[in-house]
Amino acid sequence: MNKEFRESISKALHNANLTGALGRFSETYRTSRLKAYEGIDFEVLRTRIAELKSYAASHLNVLSELFAKNAEAKGAKVFRTNSPEKVKEYILQVARENDVKSIVKSKSMASEEIHLNPYLEQHGISVMETDLGEWIIQLAGQTPSHMVMPAIHMTKEEVSDLFSKEINERLSSDIPKLVKVARKEIRSKFLEADMGISGANIAVAETGSMVLVTNEGNARLVTTLPKVHVAIIGIEKLVANFEDIVPILTALPKSATGQLLTSYVSIITGPTPNTDGSMKDLHIILMDNRRTEMANDPKFKQALQCIRCASCLNVCPIYRLVGGHVFGKVYTGGIGTILTAWFDELKKSEDIQGLCIQCGNCKEVCPGKIDIPEMILEIRRRLVVDKGQPLVQKAIFSVVNNRRLFHSMLRTASLTQMPFAKGGFIRHLPMFLSDLTEFRSLPAIADVPFRDKFKEIKQPMLKEKAAFYAGCLIDFAYPETGAAIVRILNKAGIEVVFPDEQTCCGAPARYNGAYEVAAQNAIDNIKALTKDKTNYVVSACPTCTVALKHEFINTFESLGNNDWMDQAHELSARTMDFSTLIKKLVDEGRLTLKERQQLGKFTYHDSCHLKRTLNVHAAPRELMKKAGFELVEMFESDMCCGMGGSYSIKLPEISAPILQRKLKNIKDTSVPVVATDCPGCVMQIRGGFDKDKAVVTVKHTAELLEEQFK
Amino acid sequence: MFDKFKLRAEAVSAEVHRFSTKDEALMFIIDVLKKERVSDSPRAYAVWADCPFLKSIDRALLVGKVPGLIFDVTRETASESHIGISQMDWAIANTGTLAQDSTPVEQRLVSSLSFIHIALVATDGLLADMPSLLTKINPKESAYIAMITGPSRTADIERVLTIGVHGPQRLIIVFVDELRQH
Repeated sequence: MNKEFRESISKALHNANLTGALGRFSETYRTSRLKAYEGIDFEVLRTRIAELKSYAASHLNVLSELFAKNAEAKGAKVFRTNSPEKVKEYILQVARENDVKSIVKSKSMASEEIHLNPYLEQHGISVMETDLGEWIIQLAGQTPSHMVMPAIHMTKEEVSDLFSKEINERLSSDIPKLVKVARKEIRSKFLEADMGISGANIAVAETGSMVLVTNEGNARLVTTLPKVHVAIIGIEKLVANFEDIVPILTALPKSATGQLLTSYVSIITGPTPNTDGSMKDLHIILMDNRRTEMANDPKFKQALQCIRCASCLNVCPIYRLVGGHVFGKVYTGGIGTILTAWFDELKKSEDIQGLCIQCGNCKEVCPGKIDIPEMILEIRRRLVVDKGQPLVQKAIFSVVNNRRLFHSMLRTASLTQMPFAKGGFIRHLPMFLSDLTEFRSLPAIADVPFRDKFKEIKQPMLKEKAAFYAGCLIDFAYPETGAAIVRILNKAGIEVVFPDEQTCCGAPARYNGAYEVAAQNAIDNIKALTKDKTNYVVSACPTCTVALKHEFINTFESLGNNDWMDQAHELSARTMDFSTLIKKLVDEGRLTLKERQQLGKFTYHDSCHLKRTLNVHAAPRELMKKAGFELVEMFESDMCCGMGGSYSIKLPEISAPILQRKLKNIKDTSVPVVATDCPGCVMQIRGGFDKDKAVVTVKHTAELLEEQFK
Repeated sequence: MFDKFKLRAEAVSAEVHRFSTKDEALMFIIDVLKKERVSDSPRAYAVWADCPFLKSIDRALLVGKVPGLIFDVTRETASESHIGISQMDWAIANTGTLAQDSTPVEQRLVSSLSFIHIALVATDGLLADMPSLLTKINPKESAYIAMITGPSRTADIERVLTIGVHGPQRLIIVFVDELRQH
């Protein structure tokens, strides 16, 4: 990560206006989005959108041709090009032919993508953005920091300063007054402009129509008052049929701003009459700019299902801390990272892609059903293929993957850490490692790792067997969690085996783009865990569970390596996370919780991978309640704690404020106990409370439940 | 459907009224024009775009009553108007939306440049939802289809909802039972 980028992160994190505005918005967004979708089956709706957009992405050329044919039949002039330069030249030519001196624009991300405004201005044409937020950032000389709310990073005072300068009059920061000033200023430009430029939210091939969605009403004026109208449309906006606009218009306003519908929707098909009785000179530019190439890439075709609602930004724990000027270029946030890699270039996404913590919030709310985190990993993978793995990373993985070496190093560390470890925590580390313990204490490395401790838990010989997969944290830092799980399973009549050859699950390598390393991890683990034909493979770390269940397969697919695919599927089928397996055993009557216990209040923290990849959230809560704990839900219980594996080591400055939010939400419940199913979250949250000197117990659900079975 | 429409439209700051006869609706509109001090001077005009409602009443009666009420809708008169009046074709209940074939430019001018937009609509033009609307309109026949849901709004400064940016600050919807859409 380059120094300049690092500095921009730090600047954003220290901008209280920015983090305040984004933080408050993301909190209210969650509720308003849910309210807007009341009575609507979101899964059905987004499946429909994904289908129709995916169909369009597979037929970009056919639909472009059809759109052009139908729009031209209505009298529009359609220009198709792959090149951003040609788009600009075309618009300039149209402007010159019509003696255009001033242009009004309604919001168009496609025009931002090709940096149209400076080009036209260089050629002596005045361009005014008419969307209020776009006008604000135009006056400020900035790029949008959010795809729907371009000026969300600015305060009313800053806006007032900009407007005051523009109209040469000292203005107050009263928002309704500022809006009136904008109305007046922009209205005069609307009336004198010779050309209007717009984007489009949807382009319908069947009819040659474009659909424009706004709240302010500026698109209506841009498409009505000037005699020339140029619409710049990225070809991913195409849909086949007119009826396809319904699901998109249903989802877009709800996902974007929590509205049932925007104030204005305009559907324009061919030229319309001007105010002087002439007909509109309508030009429609269908811009490719690598979209076709993207559609032909099976890993990225999905990105064309985006309807530009920006909900991936609104739910992102990182975006709400740093904003779009750090997290993005022209396009911002998760999807912005992907679009930047394509419409700009892969290299430009190098820094911003590293901001993704892989929590999966965006994937859960995306109305185009796009797997944004997966595509960001693919960018990471390609960057590693292009540039090679950094040397330090290579060295780290070679240690991590050599279990024997890793053990002995950690064991040595657990001895040398003596001066720093107190009460099970490492609170300070010397020199260059000090960042790691600045905002949370780290767990001390256990004297005896789980793999040795396991040998001391005598196993009964039983017919039903489970292989336990420990993962690094349970093996080396929290062996007591592993021991609790073994004892619970024994109570249910299941014999536990611990295949000693099991190694790192490969998540660290995969999340750093080192897929070849991850694939080797997968093969080693498949060999170890399928050797004994056990009934289950159990893991109490959701990240590891996801690796065993989904990512081994996925990594092989990405690399086109099918040698171990069958075994990977076999392992996947047998793998279960702790809570799901225990809930099943309780439901089957093989485990019984003690009755009438009053164990006090607790709150539950959902780990990202358990909640959003494995879709498990009810099971641990139900088990805890059944045992006699009383659940008090915290605010944003399923928001990431900031751990993200090696993320907290690479970007501690971002991990820390995310953790602080989590700690505050927990403290607001005033409960003494936090349960979670992830040892990584335990490490992060427990370490945070230790630094905080708060007396809150943070434990893996397994440990809290261990004593509660009959 | 009317109740649902009213609920949804009012939730987005539109004002919703309903009258059984055209006369009652007309009296209401004249009342609004007077209250809003429409007069024969720039920025105080009311512009009324041609529509079935207007065709069915005696226009001459109106002209004397409200000075500044103009039926000749142009770029100039509309941009100097305080109130714009038009008749919308359809009303969508589940989002509180009005819809119209806005191909004639006057229809767009009176609903986008004035501070207040008075939108007449036949009560039997109520439809359940957007899919129903799509069965009634056809982009091949209507070059400019407009949907309007509440007044113009923005939240671009500090996420504070502010009504009336580029379009009307007030949207007054007048349902008339006696009018027939079907």
